[in-house]
Amino acid sequence: MAGFGTSVGRPIYGRGPSPGLRFTVYALLSLTVMYLDQRARWSQRLHYGLEAAAYPVQVAVNSPAAALHWLTDSFSTRNMLRAQNLQLHRQVQALQLALLRQQALERENAQLRELRVALPALVKKWQVAEVIGVEAVPLRQRLIINKGAHDGVHINQPVVDGSGVLGQVAHVGPWSSEVILITDPEHAIPVQITRSGLRTIAVGSGNADELLLTYLAVNSDVKSGDLLVSSGLGGVFPAGYPVGRITGVRREPSQLVAQVQAEPAGRIDRAREVMLIDFDSASPAAPPAAQALTEASPPPPPPVASTGNSVDASGGGSSSAGSGAAGRPAKKKGRAKP
Amino acid sequence: MSDRENLLVILLTSLAALVLNILPLPGWLPVIRPAFLVLTVLYWSTMTPFVAGAALGFIAGLFLDVFQGTLLGEHALALSFVTYLALRFNLLMRAKPIFEQSLYVLVALVAYETFLWVIDGWTGRSLSSPLRWVHTLVGALVWPVVVGVLGRFHAAR
Repeated sequence: MAGFGTSVGRPIYGRGPSPGLRFTVYALLSLTVMYLDQRARWSQRLHYGLEAAAYPVQVAVNSPAAALHWLTDSFSTRNMLRAQNLQLHRQVQALQLALLRQQALERENAQLRELRVALPALVKKWQVAEVIGVEAVPLRQRLIINKGAHDGVHINQPVVDGSGVLGQVAHVGPWSSEVILITDPEHAIPVQITRSGLRTIAVGSGNADELLLTYLAVNSDVKSGDLLVSSGLGGVFPAGYPVGRITGVRREPSQLVAQVQAEPAGRIDRAREVMLIDFDSASPAAPPAAQALTEASPPPPPPVASTGNSVDASGGGSSSAGSGAAGRPAKKKGRAKP
Repeated sequence: MSDRENLLVILLTSLAALVLNILPLPGWLPVIRPAFLVLTVLYWSTMTPFVAGAALGFIAGLFLDVFQGTLLGEHALALSFVTYLALRFNLLMRAKPIFEQSLYVLVALVAYETFLWVIDGWTGRSLSSPLRWVHTLVGALVWPVVVGVLGRFHAAR
């Protein structure tokens, strides 16, 4: 074992304060930082600065994967590119067809709602971000993306991919941000079961391929294969985005709640590129004015405890009364749209 | 060897350990990944207690907090405690054969993880899966390797 004699020739004791004192000082410092990070708002700034300092390392860590990607891209053969091009072409055609149908539906919808003009589009702005890091700690489902405050990313911004909801922005740095995925145990997303219209909450399980619906009564109308979409309650996610599909329902008569699992629709652990969306608050599918929510808190307080007497939860989305457990209470007055 | 030179080596190896710590790994590998940065800090504060001390632990911990998105100060506190143990018991530990050192390392890592566990619980982030303790055992097992690798930097002059 090499190098045992480092401090040979030095006084062993008597240099600087004792270990115990030093530990006490740093422990107090840590506790202060923790307290501030948990309670005080301004510590966001400190976080922001540290996140900026962390960015180069994140990029460096990601660079081998990025280099590999770049290499395969630049050495792909002409045939491969042609095949890919053809495939994309077909995809565009299919999407255009779907879009035609959607425009017709939107017009019809506007007529049914007796509006003279078509409703504004839900998505006001969107941008693509690249995933430059994934959370390494088991059970924590987080992504680091390469867009930050400089690109207009803000906290609680919804993050989706082509097939469904992925999560929301939890921390913003200058050039990068941290995304908490819907499968993180600290995350909960208000959802609606499309078949029955039942609203509930999907909580992350810590596995990339599982969501838990822990608030469904044992006799609720849910079965395997049901599609879950975001319900628009809670003020973060717009309504109607696919969240997942029910994979298992277990009912035990002695229990009050059913044990329901779902698998997320978005490609949670395989996404290389994600989309950050800004939605237009004038659209009826947008969530009622998002409060400056901090991180999504798993079990939302029952709506009874909200600041109830002011303007009640908006009629903005699809009628938001109903099943008690659904959604965080909308604290701010909603934008009531006709 | 001068302290300054030594400090440079310490910072560079700590940076490398940090990168190993946050490198995305597929599948189950993250579960069994040892806490490289903790081991590195532990090594340096045991072997060169006058150069690397509580400050290194604190700063390394802050970096871990930022990269892992945990409560700021959580890892800093746990790592400060690890360096405290190292500074307090470095003479005892250095006198032991390497496999006995591994036992001490296991104790330090369990103490480290306990700090994190308790803080997670207090702040309502309780992720109490038994898997979080796996890395302590792995860390103790790879300690001889850490000593071998870092000792090389250490003895090079």
